[in-house]
Amino acid sequence: MANAPSQPLFRVLSGAAALATTLSLVACGGGGGGETGGAGGGFDGEVKVGILHSRSGTMAISENTVAEAELMAIDEINKAGGVTVDGKKLKIVPVEEDGASDWPTFAEKSKKLIDDDKVAVVFGGWTSASRKAMLPVYEAKDHFLFYPIQYEGQECSKNIFYTGATPNQQAEPAVEWLLKNKGKDFFLVGSDYVYPRTANTIIKEQLKAQGGKLVGEDYLPLGNTEVAPIIAKIKQALPKGGVIVNTLNGDSNVAFFKQMKAAGITPANGYAIMSFSIAEEEIAAIGPEYLEGTYAAWNFFQSLDTPASKKFTADFKAKYGDKRVTNDPAEAAYNMVYLWKLGAEKANSVDDNKVREALIGVSFDAPEGKVTVQPNHHIEKLVLIGEVQKDGMFKILENKGFVKPVAWNQFVPETKGYTCDWTQKRPDAGKFKM
Amino acid sequence: MTLFLDTLFNGLAIGSVLMLAALGLAVVFGLMGVINMAHGELMMVGAYTTYVVQNLLKEGPLEALFPVYILLAIPSAFLVSGLAGLLLEKTVIRRLYGRPLETLLATWGVSLILQQFVRSVSSAFFLGLLLAVAVGLLAPRFTPAPWWRQPWTPLLRAGSWVLAVAAGVIIAGGLGSVRALHQPWFSARNIDVTAPQWLRGSIDLAGVTMPSARLFILALTALALVAVSWFLQKSAWGIRIRAVTQNRAMSSCLGIPTETVDALTFFVGSGLAGIAGVAVTLLGSVGPNLGGNYIVLAFMVVVLGGLGKLWGTVVAAFLLGIVDYVIGSGSLLLIWPTMPAALNSTIAFFATTSMAKVLVFILIMVFLQFRPAGLFPQKGRMVEA
Repeated sequence: MANAPSQPLFRVLSGAAALATTLSLVACGGGGGGETGGAGGGFDGEVKVGILHSRSGTMAISENTVAEAELMAIDEINKAGGVTVDGKKLKIVPVEEDGASDWPTFAEKSKKLIDDDKVAVVFGGWTSASRKAMLPVYEAKDHFLFYPIQYEGQECSKNIFYTGATPNQQAEPAVEWLLKNKGKDFFLVGSDYVYPRTANTIIKEQLKAQGGKLVGEDYLPLGNTEVAPIIAKIKQALPKGGVIVNTLNGDSNVAFFKQMKAAGITPANGYAIMSFSIAEEEIAAIGPEYLEGTYAAWNFFQSLDTPASKKFTADFKAKYGDKRVTNDPAEAAYNMVYLWKLGAEKANSVDDNKVREALIGVSFDAPEGKVTVQPNHHIEKLVLIGEVQKDGMFKILENKGFVKPVAWNQFVPETKGYTCDWTQKRPDAGKFKM
Repeated sequence: MTLFLDTLFNGLAIGSVLMLAALGLAVVFGLMGVINMAHGELMMVGAYTTYVVQNLLKEGPLEALFPVYILLAIPSAFLVSGLAGLLLEKTVIRRLYGRPLETLLATWGVSLILQQFVRSVSSAFFLGLLLAVAVGLLAPRFTPAPWWRQPWTPLLRAGSWVLAVAAGVIIAGGLGSVRALHQPWFSARNIDVTAPQWLRGSIDLAGVTMPSARLFILALTALALVAVSWFLQKSAWGIRIRAVTQNRAMSSCLGIPTETVDALTFFVGSGLAGIAGVAVTLLGSVGPNLGGNYIVLAFMVVVLGGLGKLWGTVVAAFLLGIVDYVIGSGSLLLIWPTMPAALNSTIAFFATTSMAKVLVFILIMVFLQFRPAGLFPQKGRMVEA
């Protein structure tokens, strides 16, 4: 066909395409770096740490904030003189990699960070799927990962430290609170992957043990936005209102809440909706008008009224812009960088084995309060239950105080009676009968 | 009875979204045989247009129009997505007619570029892009003409584009240091499109709760369908499009400007994707990945309906909607409570949203084994494109 006349247009496109690609690469590379200042002032050396989050793809929306919180902590530590080990001041140099919302990529980039960059520790991951993909790499290479997100538990690796909540620090107290204040009939909705499935298994066992009743459950494929069948089921199962526990992740939440509101399944009509994956950042994306009056359980809210919490939020806004919000995952990510620093200083080394041993018992004055690393590599955390307000912030309804983490769930028959304690010198320290 | 109405309404509601998403594809894929993987991204462009229209009307002199912004967004999205599709046709697809595999790969590439574009675009980025295109286009004009007739001209051409890109990157980088220009327009985050107040509630009729947004989408679908079928059946250009579809060479001989027809078809198909984009903002999230959620379903509807048949697409979309709802919501268990236990547990097993999808795909696969050309195969003599 007529190739000649449209030749210039083709050139426009190929040029434009090349340019667009180049520019996005520039944008990606430039956006993340952050200014890890210090200008070499007074450091005796450097220590490299890995930062491995999805900076592109479907999870980027959530993981960007986490990576930014980690970079902020690194900057603060460097400005305050870095990590002091063996009498030397070391500057922390972050090596950033993009997990690209693709789980095998997380494993691959972990190998690269450990083998090529020789980092002392990796801060990374968000979805449980990404953690499950990375875990074998860290165990095989006997290396060191910090993971910042609330998750389903049922895991306790020698090579991983978990600074997010276990179910007994988020889901279980939330269900208890719902049973006490909101009703006994529960409908569970979640995305179709490991976290919601496992969390709901635990919730079902808990309901059995504490007198609740499961009236239905449904799972939506990740990214799916057609929720009409689920809404129909909720209406059949709970015609007069009841409790809905939502463990949907990502985009599905927007569809879920928009369509629920249209169908009249709202707090005003007697439905108590508790979400485990919706924090301040997600509220802004979904729109507070759809979420007002629903509940969430977390270990940190931006509205937490303590000087440390206010300072954390003010610093984050000063660094990344006034419109930004802080949330629980960002706080947990910020904490883990400091915990690692304190662990390294206690061990007087940045060697990953020594730091891992030294970390147990280390405390940090976090935005949520004083957190302490437990022998099971998880953190003692503050448990809060909040209600979404018009402005997209949470009103804290109940503060359950600090709760110790339980890695192996005690409601699930298969893991009942098991515990994890890495201070014990036994081969099965990760999972043994109490 | 209520159950029946409920099922019917929800099935139609799900089907109408599928229908809207597939309608543009039915035009582009069905009539032209072009596998446009960027169709979902054209929907996304429509959704982003809705966002822009919403924000333009939110404050300022036009605030009074805000309650009906969605009505203004429909023609805007049609135009913006249509023009984006037109650009795509003129630059990429035109070169690849009759080569479906290359089209598939090229348009998939375009879809990735579009996704990354909405994530990265900022004023600095946009100015850099404009500059690079301008430099690249004007380079031949400001250099001696004989240079462009040499054996090494392709090298020069490539070189001039490398220079243009470099200039664009430098300018974009330079401007990027200005905070206001560096701020991305949309960023990688999802954006918030809020339905106007009158589309947020629901209407109760004969015991069935009908969300207004769903009714609006149903009406929009019906309107789009009527408009498209009128255009294809009655208007002069529609008749030309059908003529080219049936026999390109003959149409060309008879003086139909086939290139214009191709461009027009693509414009209409892409514009319809834009309208679908407006509709889905009422239901779900709006972000760079929006298109991926619909593209597979849209292709499935078109294939199931039969290529080149608009009615096939309609029937397939509503059929899929109803089947999906009936299985996913477990209505069968309510209709027939006393069914045998084995059957009951089988149905209960599939009565979750994700398993319903699995079953629907299996049913379609089985169906296509027996009727590969879909529900309404194209009859008559066709010249293979």
